[in-house]
Amino acid sequence: MSLFWVPLLPMLGILIPVFAARRGRNFCATATALPPAIALGVLLSHAGAVFDGEVVRVSQSWIPQLGLDFSVHLDGLAFLFALLVLGIGLLIILYARYYLSERENVGQFYSYLMMFMTAMLGIVVSGNLLQLWFFWELTSISSFLLISFWSHKAEARQGARMALTITGGGGLALLAGVILIGEIVGSYDLHTVLNSGDLLREHALYPVIVILVLLGAFTKSAQFPFHFWLPQAMAAPTPVSAYLHSATMVKAGIFLMARLYPVLSGTDLWFVMVCFTGMLTLLIGAYVALFKHDLKGLLAYSTISHLGLITLLLGLNSQMAAIAAVFHIINHATFKASLFMAAGIIDHETGSRDMRQLNGLWKYMPHTATLAMVASASMAGIPLFNGFLSKEMFLAETLGQSLLGALSWVIPVTATIAATFSVAYSVRFIHDVFFNGEPVNLPKTPHEPPRYMKVPVEILVALCVLVGIFPSFIIGDLLFTSAASVIHGELPDIKLSIWHGFNMPLAMSVIAMVGGVWIYTQRKVLFDIQAQFPEPEPRRIFEHVISWCVHRCQQFIQFIDNGSLQRYLFLFILFTLILLVEPLTEMTGSAGNLPRLPVDPVVVLAFVILCIGTVATMMFHRQRLISLVMLSIVGLIVSIAFAYFSAPDLALTQLSVEVVTIILLLLALFFLPQTTKKETRPALVARDLGLATMVGGIVGTLCYAMITRPIDSISDFFLANSKTGGGGTNVVNVILVDFRGFDTLGEIAVLGIAALGIYKIIARMRLYMPSADGDGRFWSGDPHPLMLRVISQALLPLALLVSVFIFLRGHNLPGGGFIAGLITSIAIIQQYIAHGVEWIKPRLTVNYQWLIGSGVLIAVLAGMGSWAFGRPFLTTWFDYFSLPIVGKFELASALVFDLGVYLTVIGATLLILANLGKLTTSHRPQETEL
Amino acid sequence: MMEGMFAFAVGLLTAAGIFLILRQRTFPIVVGITMLSYAVNLFLFSSGRLTTNGAAILGQSEGYADPLPQALVLTAIVIGFAMTAFVVILAMRARADLGNDHVDGRVPAEDEKDSGLTGRRKVL
Repeated sequence: MSLFWVPLLPMLGILIPVFAARRGRNFCATATALPPAIALGVLLSHAGAVFDGEVVRVSQSWIPQLGLDFSVHLDGLAFLFALLVLGIGLLIILYARYYLSERENVGQFYSYLMMFMTAMLGIVVSGNLLQLWFFWELTSISSFLLISFWSHKAEARQGARMALTITGGGGLALLAGVILIGEIVGSYDLHTVLNSGDLLREHALYPVIVILVLLGAFTKSAQFPFHFWLPQAMAAPTPVSAYLHSATMVKAGIFLMARLYPVLSGTDLWFVMVCFTGMLTLLIGAYVALFKHDLKGLLAYSTISHLGLITLLLGLNSQMAAIAAVFHIINHATFKASLFMAAGIIDHETGSRDMRQLNGLWKYMPHTATLAMVASASMAGIPLFNGFLSKEMFLAETLGQSLLGALSWVIPVTATIAATFSVAYSVRFIHDVFFNGEPVNLPKTPHEPPRYMKVPVEILVALCVLVGIFPSFIIGDLLFTSAASVIHGELPDIKLSIWHGFNMPLAMSVIAMVGGVWIYTQRKVLFDIQAQFPEPEPRRIFEHVISWCVHRCQQFIQFIDNGSLQRYLFLFILFTLILLVEPLTEMTGSAGNLPRLPVDPVVVLAFVILCIGTVATMMFHRQRLISLVMLSIVGLIVSIAFAYFSAPDLALTQLSVEVVTIILLLLALFFLPQTTKKETRPALVARDLGLATMVGGIVGTLCYAMITRPIDSISDFFLANSKTGGGGTNVVNVILVDFRGFDTLGEIAVLGIAALGIYKIIARMRLYMPSADGDGRFWSGDPHPLMLRVISQALLPLALLVSVFIFLRGHNLPGGGFIAGLITSIAIIQQYIAHGVEWIKPRLTVNYQWLIGSGVLIAVLAGMGSWAFGRPFLTTWFDYFSLPIVGKFELASALVFDLGVYLTVIGATLLILANLGKLTTSHRPQETEL
Repeated sequence: MMEGMFAFAVGLLTAAGIFLILRQRTFPIVVGITMLSYAVNLFLFSSGRLTTNGAAILGQSEGYADPLPQALVLTAIVIGFAMTAFVVILAMRARADLGNDHVDGRVPAEDEKDSGLTGRRKVL
């Protein structure tokens, strides 16, 4: 079977426990174990090729744009780790079957476990660095879910959060490192990266990459100073601690260092960072472990210490050390997983993990005690057990290096001290728990666990012993193959044997053993000394730091956006200004070389009026009515400007919009305060004035620079095709209804939506209706004067006639649907003003919403009409006809489209104004109408 | 000179518009938005350069003004009206529901003490 199935089978297995759980724990565990068992078979079927030194690779494109492939790269190292993940995983499934009680959600637990297994396999067999990172983060997430499995416990939730924050944060650093590697090498493919060691090591960014990658590895593998999350993660169920937090996940960091060992190691930077971090972790972990009264706490710190040992070995920049590191990975996984399981059994059968209560268990569970003692012996490095072999290699390597010059002795001395403490806590584990008197106040009477709960421990302990006695036979091939892929080259000539004669490493071991036992006997004194130092509480410190960060972020957000729109807008405009200034200063000058237009006195007069009107609007903005009158002057001049600069359509539109806008604002002013209160802070006014002047100056400069430079416009096409293609001579109108008809369709739709929105806002609005103006003068008693009524009524047919005329001629002369619609609206609004809503209501029974709807519909149908002739949407059809009297005339489908525009504009304008006007009368919308 | 005057007018309208939209009360902001839309429309219109006596009606003059910005600005004027209407109605609704016409929906404490709200202006 294809290697893809190695990670994919457990992935499918995530779903199995969910369905299998209701059929009991036995069935669920068996069903869950099936996919990893098959995956293990698939893996082993490739063992031959891997042991022959081959790299088995399969690859499938995943997101090629990112350089991300789903690929499997099975070499010795990947094989070893996949074997550990699957093998120990299967044992854990069996163990968890007995560990979890019936009341617990076994299906969920197994599901998370399989998710973790998938993620871990995804890391170790990955042939692509991005893929590796993806699964790396997945392990953090599944670890979070598993630690918080007992989510009713606060410590579980906090521990899970801490683990996720630390490892997830490290994961982000790793991603940055991986991307840098990918950028430098040009590929994320592992094979390519592994062959680019020199390129990477000589690159200027090499230190950055090393630091980023190591941050990822150190956080994951609980290296000092990131080690504190691991003891907190012990709140997880013990199968999780055994699997994730001793055997596999925490080894992912080690795996990463080993994986990238060929490309990143061999430099001073690598040595300093990896070696010293490892050394500190080794020492601190071993020391603290001795003082932990909690069984799992002791094992957690011991794990930290051993991870430090492996890291130290990887930092020594020697091939033999790398081999020793791989060997210790295997050995640690076996003895530590079995110790955790034994601790879980003890916890399970006695109800306590406190070594001050657990004493003399030998009498109650001799079988478990034997297993735990063997595993502890291996942890302590006693001869004939596997831990001894890798520890001897480790000690030999610390002696063999001369990296620190005259101070090189520091490393072996540190190693010996750590080994001494390691012996001490191992002895404590055995002696305190199984001997040392009688149990104290245990919640349960201890007894042996169910038979099959011990099987996983027995298998692992058997491996400890077998590897310890027959190292070459049991583990030789696997070790050498995987070590070869770590150092990415030929292996030095090594032999695994249990006896190397009397030498320094052996002497150091003996010192450690004797010293360890001696320390244990002096433990009372040591505990008293240690008790003087307050124990740091990582959980509280961590929570404190997190809440500090949250608080600071809130302050920062408050600083940026304190809820004041005024300030927000100011900052927005200020920032825009800052962005604009830089490119403008790079321009050589504002004036272009286009010939200037001549100036005539009328233009100057209009210009002066515009300036006065603008300044007056601004100055009198607190007297709102005056400001509004000034605004209307500005609007009029703008329409005149459009007319003067050859845009008659715009002039007509602006003029009619001006009328409806001013009516609208006057109506609004009726309901709003008539004056604006003086602002309390004059500095703000000055500040805004300064900003406005600067923005105005920049916009004016831009405008000047633009209009004095020649243009290469696409409009020649429109001018050339307007008559022949669109059938009209008014190019602006032809663009609106034909060339850019789709835009216009969208725009009338927006217009309609805005009007409907306004209609909904007006509904339910409850506003006080003032009976007097701002100065306290009462409104006129005759709101609809006779003169106005008569004249406006007489004007109505005329105005409608004009609008029809403007509408019809629009295609060829200034006019069209927009302008005609506005003129019609104004004519009707005039009737509203002159006669009042009561008078209009029975006479004009048009529903404006329907008008908008039918307008948009007509425009759409006119556009779709061209489909009937096999033309694209909104293609104009036109032809010329002649009738008696009328003469020759043109009919164009664009006229129908323009009719839609016309109706929509009328509907929207009247919907807004008529409804607002209604508020001033007794026809205010009542809540019951809605 | 013509171009200079035009550009100056656009700049002045922009400045007035910006100043007004930075005020505290809703009505000056509505006026400011109207002012800004004049400025924006004129600016966009001028991207076709200034032409006199050259309306884009075929057969009526020698050279034509650029019709494309005109067509775009024409719809912009109408949409601008819809937007002004929306904002002003929103301002009225805000006053109706919140009881004041401050842009933040509440009058800051420092302004409250001398706000001088008379019974006439209070909302039912």
